[in-house]
Amino acid sequence: HLATSLPLPSERDHLRPRIDLVVFMIDIKSKYSLKNVETSLTHVDASFFLGKVCFLVTGVGRVNACSIETNAVCKLGEAYCSPVLFCELELEGIRATTAQRLLRMLQICAGHIPGVSALSFVSLMRKSDDD
Amino acid sequence: ENADPQKTAFLLRKAWTLYSVTPLYGFRRARLRDYARLLSAFIAAEKQKGLAVEVGVELDIKVALSSLAELRGSELDQAALLVQLSSRSRASSRNSEDKLVWSGWFCSVFGDDLSENVPEHFTCLPLFLTHGAESYTSLVGSWFQKTFDCCFRRLAISPLNLSWMVAMWAGCKLDRAASAVELVFSVPRLAQPLDISYAIHPEDAKALWDTVQKTPGEITQEEVDVFMDCLYAHFHRHFKIHLSAAKLVKVSTAVASAHCDGIVKILHSQYLPGVLMLLTELAISQIQ
Repeated sequence: HLATSLPLPSERDHLRPRIDLVVFMIDIKSKYSLKNVETSLTHVDASFFLGKVCFLVTGVGRVNACSIETNAVCKLGEAYCSPVLFCELELEGIRATTAQRLLRMLQICAGHIPGVSALSFVSLMRKSDDD
Repeated sequence: ENADPQKTAFLLRKAWTLYSVTPLYGFRRARLRDYARLLSAFIAAEKQKGLAVEVGVELDIKVALSSLAELRGSELDQAALLVQLSSRSRASSRNSEDKLVWSGWFCSVFGDDLSENVPEHFTCLPLFLTHGAESYTSLVGSWFQKTFDCCFRRLAISPLNLSWMVAMWAGCKLDRAASAVELVFSVPRLAQPLDISYAIHPEDAKALWDTVQKTPGEITQEEVDVFMDCLYAHFHRHFKIHLSAAKLVKVSTAVASAHCDGIVKILHSQYLPGVLMLLTELAISQIQ
């Protein structure tokens, strides 16, 4: 399901299937997309941040078109304990690989992979000097 | 930076195309006259080969290389190097003056990040600025690349860096009445390309920056973000357009203007070192 911002319209709540993974897409060329994501984050229930949220930064192939500091996005990922993936959608190979990664994450979040749960992502996020 | 305004006046109010240059190997300041001769011969030879620069009038290209000791940040920087190509038409009289057809200069203003890590025999002048026909730029560039084993790359300026520049320059204190602060945006993904020009009264822009900046002399990314967000919010309030979703391509202030393709114009001699320092930093990060 694709949405330009959150919250999702409440009229269709009863028709919507369970949400297993939320991917926030940030276009590195658009400051607006970052602001949009930051606002939408506030509408996500806290339980999602246990491995069911990830940030996907697109457009990283063009360094000279950056409108956002990558540091700012990484800090966002840290603040919400969620992984940040970087990709370039204009390159077919990377597009396919990224899609496969997201699909794999979705399978784990939906409980289709025995022995691995979404919580594994959170423990992978923790830095070694935290404990 | 006690740059003699007379000597550096030629830099102002010209559109300079920017390049980053890797360190030059085996460059010796004492040999400037030799280099000028060699470059002159190279250009003549290339023209013989048929890579004619100007069709029609036969032109002799004279090359002059000089050092600009004043154009540097600290003693650690190399003095700037100026290359000038002049022409004298063969048809005209001997007393006619040479016409400057192309100029380019290499410089380093507070480029310690690069120069402190460089081995012996290398000269660091990471920023190259040119004004004149592209064909001359590529001739001069080829000669330097062959002679000093260096590499030139066009220096593009990202929207992130352009917003840093407009925040810095809009906040500069100027005695005379200043021109408007202008930001030009290009809107992506439309059938017909659309450019939006956003002009702000310079006093309003400076007043806004003064409320944002906490420590004079210091600028943080957060402060630049707040400054830009205020401008975007103001525009959105009036026109319901999110400029933050468009691409910032050009910024113009009374101090200087810069275009994302790597073209700058410096308008005020007082801030010349500051602008060059910022550009040197961009050039160095492109090299590293």
